[in-house]
Amino acid sequence: MIGFENVRKEYPGGTLAVEDFSLEIASHESVVLVGSSGSGKTTLMRMINRMVEPTSGRVHIDGDDVASLDPVQLRRSVGYVMQASGLLPHRTVLDNITTVPVLRGTAKGEARTRAHELMETVGLDAALGGRYPSQLSGGQQQRVGVARGLAADPNILLMDEPFGAVDPIVRAELQQELQHLQRDLRKTIVFVTHDIDEAFLLGDRVVILKPGGVIAQVGTPQEILADPADGFVSSFVGADRGARTLHLERVDGRDVVVDADGRPAGVLAEPERTP
Amino acid sequence: MTWVLENLDVIGGYTGAHLLQALPPILVAFLLSLPLAKLANSRGWLRTSVTTTSSLMYAIPSLPLFVLLPGLIGTGVRSPLNISIALSLYGLALMVPAAADAFRSVSRDVLGSATAQGYAPGARFFEVELPLAGPVLLAGVRVVAVSTISLVTVGGVLGVPSLGMLFVDGVRRGIAAEIAAGIVATVVLALLIDALLVLLGRAVMPWTRRQGVSRP
Amino acid sequence: MTGSPFLESLSWLVDPVHWSGPDSIPLRTLEHLGYTALGVLVAALLAVPVGLYVGHTGRMKSLAVAAAGAARALPTLGLVTLFALLVGIGLTAPLLSFVILAIPSLLAGAYSAVESADPATVDAARAQGMTEWQILTRVELPLGMPLLVGGFRGATVQVVATAMLAAYVGSGGLGRYIFQGLGSQNYPQMIAGSLLVIALALLLDLALLLAQRLTAPPGARAS
Repeated sequence: MIGFENVRKEYPGGTLAVEDFSLEIASHESVVLVGSSGSGKTTLMRMINRMVEPTSGRVHIDGDDVASLDPVQLRRSVGYVMQASGLLPHRTVLDNITTVPVLRGTAKGEARTRAHELMETVGLDAALGGRYPSQLSGGQQQRVGVARGLAADPNILLMDEPFGAVDPIVRAELQQELQHLQRDLRKTIVFVTHDIDEAFLLGDRVVILKPGGVIAQVGTPQEILADPADGFVSSFVGADRGARTLHLERVDGRDVVVDADGRPAGVLAEPERTP
Repeated sequence: MTWVLENLDVIGGYTGAHLLQALPPILVAFLLSLPLAKLANSRGWLRTSVTTTSSLMYAIPSLPLFVLLPGLIGTGVRSPLNISIALSLYGLALMVPAAADAFRSVSRDVLGSATAQGYAPGARFFEVELPLAGPVLLAGVRVVAVSTISLVTVGGVLGVPSLGMLFVDGVRRGIAAEIAAGIVATVVLALLIDALLVLLGRAVMPWTRRQGVSRP
Repeated sequence: MTGSPFLESLSWLVDPVHWSGPDSIPLRTLEHLGYTALGVLVAALLAVPVGLYVGHTGRMKSLAVAAAGAARALPTLGLVTLFALLVGIGLTAPLLSFVILAIPSLLAGAYSAVESADPATVDAARAQGMTEWQILTRVELPLGMPLLVGGFRGATVQVVATAMLAAYVGSGGLGRYIFQGLGSQNYPQMIAGSLLVIALALLLDLALLLAQRLTAPPGARAS
């Protein structure tokens, strides 16, 4: 379990990134922090592995105040996947994935065996292990980033807009695979994005942030869509736009779902085929 | 200090001779580097060979060049012209790669949109490309100026008059103050020319004024 | 004097007289190399750790940049003659000027090497749990190695030239031939000495250029 207790972050020079933020994240839960730039979402996430120190308040993991933990050991125990992957350009894919296990003292051979398994898990051809990051496509680099984040088998996975730099088709693929992974692995995931659709897709719970890390609403995607807390949330999730206001139209004996602008969004599945 | 006060006319005379040898190479290196850099940028292999040649040229110590040049081009070993020609070569070795970088630093999109707006090639060079390359060019000229002014002193050992004569004369007569005065005068001269270049840069490139941090 | 001074300098160079004894070409070359190695090494011991610190922490950056820039204005000959006069004959005086003149290149090479690493890569390495020392030695240095070697290259060029001028105030090395020739109005000998110094300078520069290419990080080279 991860807890934020009244954390505040002020940067030297007076910029207030986070005003006063509290949140509890349960184990095995996937929570998405979503907001536009300046909402403090990345700052908040980086407090978990002490990449950012709060000015006041505290962050704890399973009851331990992170401020009492050695930052280097803490970071090695928490998986971190970032935008544009942040891979080491002078190391091969395999060496990148084994970085953390090797830092933690795992034997190289063992780490490599595990890395090969992970490459398979994230859908990477084992033949790519000897390549350098610059020789991979953006989507492949991102997969390596995910594999690296999982390499030490951490309980917590922090993901900082991990799919922000890839094209929409690859992004959809990666999102889907992350869902599959999470079904099997059941990690505690904290995911940061500015894309509300991504947040609704990947989050068990979604935290919508206003500037300064102010929580506009926390809830499951269904709760937020069904009952936006205020105008800010409705406009952020697009509930005030046509795209989220769906209705049914009967076409050729089937129910077609159409949004308020008249664009068809899909068909309604046959009742007997849904579980 | 007494030595300095008693010999102000000597220092003044050497400073004048120093500038006469240093300023032409700086100007020549700047002006010649522009077409050479454009040429170098036009072909990948040319740019690589220009960079390599320049760095090797710069690796040649100055005194041997001062000694060799007269035999090659017929000037006298003690001629200031000899020193100026050698320093122009060093200036080019520094300035051509710098200018090539400067022109490459200009965004292709800006050049493309200038062409789309109807700039003729010549006008596009002088009104768009050259001004935008200006800040990087200026940085290059400043390095050339400071290093040229410092290198002129080496001619002193050959008897070519410049502030370097203060070193030669000082060591011969055992006057440390004379050498120290020579060092200070050379450094001050270099920093003055550098400051003038910065001011000149601000005058002709007003859009760079805000980030105009002086870095010698 | 008949014939070209260059031809005469060639016959000076191949004259067996100049290939043995205490003033021989091999000995003077070794002497010159020794000066260069010693000067660069001592300067590196002082400048590289400081440069790495500045590059890694970003502290005192403007001071280092200003020092490296201002040192470029220092006239080599002035330092050499001043130290000769103040410290006297021996190795200390020239060595002092070698070290002072080699420091700026090494300092700049070291801090730009560390600084050249993409901040996002360094951030990612830190977030993975690398210690600051591991970030420096496993990420920043391997990625910036060509720039660090470049610093050594610049310093070497500088010291080879300075070592030659040091002969003006009585040190050994290849500069001897030039100043002996200057004293005895022997232009061919001056040319011969100059050719030797140029050859040595170019060989050292090419060797370090090669080292620069070889230390380029593999991933960057492959792209």
